[in-house]
Amino acid sequence: MADVNRGNRPLSPHLTIYRPQMTSMTSIFVRVTGNALLIGALLVVWWFLAAATGPEYFAVADGVITSWFGDLVMLGSVWALWYHLLGGLRHLVWDMGYGLDLDSSYMMGYIMIGGSLVLTLLTIAIV
Amino acid sequence: MAFLTDRKRASGMGSAKEGTQHHWNMMVSSAGLLVLVPLFIFTFGPMLGQPHEAVVAYFARPFPAIVAALTLVVGFMHFKNGVQVLIEDYVHGIMRKVLIIAMICLSYAAAGTGLFAIARIAL
Repeated sequence: MADVNRGNRPLSPHLTIYRPQMTSMTSIFVRVTGNALLIGALLVVWWFLAAATGPEYFAVADGVITSWFGDLVMLGSVWALWYHLLGGLRHLVWDMGYGLDLDSSYMMGYIMIGGSLVLTLLTIAIV
Repeated sequence: MAFLTDRKRASGMGSAKEGTQHHWNMMVSSAGLLVLVPLFIFTFGPMLGQPHEAVVAYFARPFPAIVAALTLVVGFMHFKNGVQVLIEDYVHGIMRKVLIIAMICLSYAAAGTGLFAIARIAL
């Protein structure tokens, strides 16, 4: 096993060779949003830690999270949360064996894009 | 083969033999987050920018505290499994192991810190 040739194998065509499609892009963005949410999540944990520590420290963390930069991260995180949630819902539907045809995949993709924008605006309006 | 379920045929396959469990964990945590995340957005969101006393008083209540604690714990466990797949796709060799270990540690550290903070506020 140790002498097996691990290099020089033919690779299957990868991302660079395919024309971007709505289905592939919506899928890639599920991954991007999910992992990018780490930034917002760590900010939220820091905010809770500061709130548990005391008023002075809380003022610092709350100041950062409500600054223009914090607002930008939180706004992006809200959209990412809704988008990733709808994307996850699509995965759960697929996992149950439904909606695997092209038409349904496209329809769910449009719902993810439109739905995440609507839910983000709704969140801004309510919160 | 007629007596084998789909799940049985998938279990124990692949190089690591535990991909089925990984996928099931993702399904379970995503189903949980489907409920938790909207609840968290609409309980945590209005508290941003509020005075310290208001925030402490709000998260001393059971419902907001439990929602926040569960969201952070389930969310970071979901992230731990999700980011592992991301790393496995794009990073190879020793860097892959280092990154996966680092992200697992970070996930537990963040979840533990959040849990401690919320417990301290709530109790």
